[in-house]
Amino acid sequence: MPAHSLPSLSTQITSDLCIKCNICASACPVAAAADRFPGPKAVGPQAQRFRHPRLPSPDKSLDYCSGCGVCSLVCPHGVQIAEMNAIARAEIFKRDGLPLRNWALGRSELLGKVGSLFWPLSNVPFKIKPLRVVIEKVMGIDARARFPDFSRGTFRAWFKRSAAAKRTMGARKVAYFHGCASNYYEPRIAQAAIEVFERNQIKVALPEQNCCGLPMQSNGDFESARVYARNNIRKLARWVREGYDIVGASTSCTLAIKHEYHAVLGIDDPALELVATNTYDIFEYLAMLDDEGLLNTRFVKRAETVVYHAPCQQRTHGFGRPAADFMRRFGFAVIESKADCCGVAGTYGLKKEKYDIAVAVGQPLFQQIADENPNRVVCDSETCRWWIEAHTGKKAVHPIEVMAEAYRGRRQ
Amino acid sequence: MKLSTEILILGGGATGLGAAWDAALRGFKTVLLEKGDLAHGTSGRYHGLLHSGGRYVLRDPQSARECAAENALLRRLMPSCIEDTGGLFVTAPADPADYADQFFAACKTCAVPVIETSPAEALQREPLLNPKITRAFRVEDASCDSFDALHLLARAVRAANGEVMLRHRVTQIIRSGNRIVGVTGENLVTGESFTIYADIVLNCAGAWAGRIAAMAGCEVKVTPGKGLMIAMNSRLVNTVINRCKPPSDGDIIVPVGTVSVIGTTDTAVPNPDKYAIEDWEVELLMAEGEQIIPSFRQHRALRAWAGVRPLYEDTKKEEQKDSRLMSRAHALLDHESRDGVAGMLSMVGGKFTTFRRMAQLLVDTACAKLGAERKCLTKDTLIDSPDAKLHTVSKRLASLESNKWHVASSTAQPPSHQIICECELVTRAQIESHLRESGSPILNDLRRDLRLGMGPCQAGFCAYRAVGIIHETLQLAPPISNSQLLQFLQERWKGERPVMWGHSLRSLEFDLHIYRNLLGVDTLPVEREIEVYPTEQTS
Repeated sequence: MPAHSLPSLSTQITSDLCIKCNICASACPVAAAADRFPGPKAVGPQAQRFRHPRLPSPDKSLDYCSGCGVCSLVCPHGVQIAEMNAIARAEIFKRDGLPLRNWALGRSELLGKVGSLFWPLSNVPFKIKPLRVVIEKVMGIDARARFPDFSRGTFRAWFKRSAAAKRTMGARKVAYFHGCASNYYEPRIAQAAIEVFERNQIKVALPEQNCCGLPMQSNGDFESARVYARNNIRKLARWVREGYDIVGASTSCTLAIKHEYHAVLGIDDPALELVATNTYDIFEYLAMLDDEGLLNTRFVKRAETVVYHAPCQQRTHGFGRPAADFMRRFGFAVIESKADCCGVAGTYGLKKEKYDIAVAVGQPLFQQIADENPNRVVCDSETCRWWIEAHTGKKAVHPIEVMAEAYRGRRQ
Repeated sequence: MKLSTEILILGGGATGLGAAWDAALRGFKTVLLEKGDLAHGTSGRYHGLLHSGGRYVLRDPQSARECAAENALLRRLMPSCIEDTGGLFVTAPADPADYADQFFAACKTCAVPVIETSPAEALQREPLLNPKITRAFRVEDASCDSFDALHLLARAVRAANGEVMLRHRVTQIIRSGNRIVGVTGENLVTGESFTIYADIVLNCAGAWAGRIAAMAGCEVKVTPGKGLMIAMNSRLVNTVINRCKPPSDGDIIVPVGTVSVIGTTDTAVPNPDKYAIEDWEVELLMAEGEQIIPSFRQHRALRAWAGVRPLYEDTKKEEQKDSRLMSRAHALLDHESRDGVAGMLSMVGGKFTTFRRMAQLLVDTACAKLGAERKCLTKDTLIDSPDAKLHTVSKRLASLESNKWHVASSTAQPPSHQIICECELVTRAQIESHLRESGSPILNDLRRDLRLGMGPCQAGFCAYRAVGIIHETLQLAPPISNSQLLQFLQERWKGERPVMWGHSLRSLEFDLHIYRNLLGVDTLPVEREIEVYPTEQTS
């Protein structure tokens, strides 16, 4: 049974619900860090009244919205502020043309394909300082922003050879959405997810899939994002019809499918409804199994102190923070992050004019991590982990890796 | 105060200002008196539709022709207050099927530009429209901000050496034998009395024209026809939508400014200053709105208000009980031939779209009475500046964004681009400039000038800010500023009461908390209120 449903009101019309209370304005981490950004209320429901669907967009300051979604989360009246901003931002690029930078940052799948083809050489250019300076000058990608390393071999190639691929029976059936990060950069995370499914006798299939399209969407390239979204809907719907649940460990990918395809990209399609209502973030899914008493809970307890940062996209799912609860059951001391956002917000912090803002937004989190000084930081989202690692020097892992360890009884 | 003029115009609505502009352009010494603010009466309380003429093609072809011609002309003369929304006539399921063909043929006869389009195309243009519409026609409707239009006109009158005097109420008409020679009255701001002598008086008082005529001893029966409108919080449509059926209640939705207005009803009322907004009228408009936009009730209604149409009733022909059947056309009354009283003409009835034409007829007749042959110049004189462009809804946002409004000020002074009214994007600079020009402490004048307080929060956040600026700029005593604040809040809340459910109720509750509980406005020391002529009192 679907655990969630699609919103019925069209995103822009939710500006009707705003009573100007300023709760979003006081919660917005970017507005607090950047004078250039007048805040979610101003660029969201307020500016929305002055936008005409058939005329060029007048917006500028809107581009400083990082899209973290804290505003939509705190709004007590249901205004879909971040979603509204994403839609309005795409209009800026319709007006001005899509910059090469935004085109490139949106193409994580293409980048991943090329990067794994030329591994390990592909990891070199991002580390050559003078080249980075040139890239910054030409494209506006900040030379200080750290990029992750491409992995040797993709997750999909690993899965084909794995035992999990050979399983024919299972208590439940999961079609796994790995996303670009797990496939090309961090196969270990998808591998940990498969390990957890195996421990629960869940049959896993690996559907054909594209990048979820979120990087394109947040870089204002809606047309390309819709092509990927439609591909994914078509490819995933087949599995849902065969009784599979769609599960992913990248919270932003699953959120894109569950929420953004409809609310931001405006896709209205019965197949999307089918896919979206049957898609789960991995911890949402595991918590559901646990509630039903179906989860293998033979965890090996072990004491460790971690700082857990629930990323913005994870919060927007709206299913609480089961990863933190699980880690406590593994015997961990879990210190939850007090910050709403680490700052990077996908690719926002990589941009030259936004890098310093993103660092300032993340500062309270970096400070908390420095004060607590844990061995590891735990966080569900890839871009946040990379950003946190770059700015704290701590190792950052996905909670599903920690869960796999808890079944195994040791760290990898 | 005593002065004399050639032409004296009573009434600062579209008709009066049009006449003053026309007369001043012809070189007459011209004075206009208005008891309230510009657009205080019916012109400031209409739905904002600049008619294509389509609405009248079958019932009143003469009006249709005039609307079509004036619509095209006004777009050129005063573009900055007109938005080229275009219009659609759509046949909803409840509408008579045979009307569409009659309508189309009649548009051709009346020279009202019309193109039939497919329901699918209409829906693509306006996604919220009823998908069950069967016919759709495109016409040249536009929306017009009447506040801006009247301000432009007042400026044009002054530029042509005419005088516009606001808050001057006429209390008596001076007659010499059978001739009217002037008026006396009271300046409502200072309390001073005034006398103005004139060669001819033009009564353009709209729904109040009967009262002026009565002061002159003439009987003019103007039936105030109350029309209710509801402003929806956002632009549900960006095109004017008309139902393709005989004109009736609640059959137009006009996107004007940041809102969309559904109108209207039509009920004859005895008194243009005192009428109630009834629940059944609100319900009727909401139900009719659903015919055009099925999700209509899900959207937020912002406020309801009524205007009073000046419907002229020819005293010779009685028994026209349904005021919608009375002519929308204007009537020019020459009191000399009609009542034996020389020196006064009355212009009654008519509609906003044709104000320029009505003014031309009126001043032509005045010329004849004065024995001065002077050609009308209004057809070829721009009201706007030559570089003005048609209005677009994005204009204010675009101007703020280009002003780098987001860059914080480095000085202690509040920046001039500081947003005071967040809903309508009114800046401190705009307010200060208005105050320097008008010197008026009345917040409602700021509203009519700048749209302050007209958005979703209905002044919840801007009234206390704006009154602070007024207080500082005009150096008022605190009790006077307090009174202004309270009066403005009362007027805003009055308009919200008829639609006080759902989202609006939540917003109003929040605003009440700000003013009553947080700021404690009920305990503020207040002064005798500066008298503002009431145009509406709801029960």
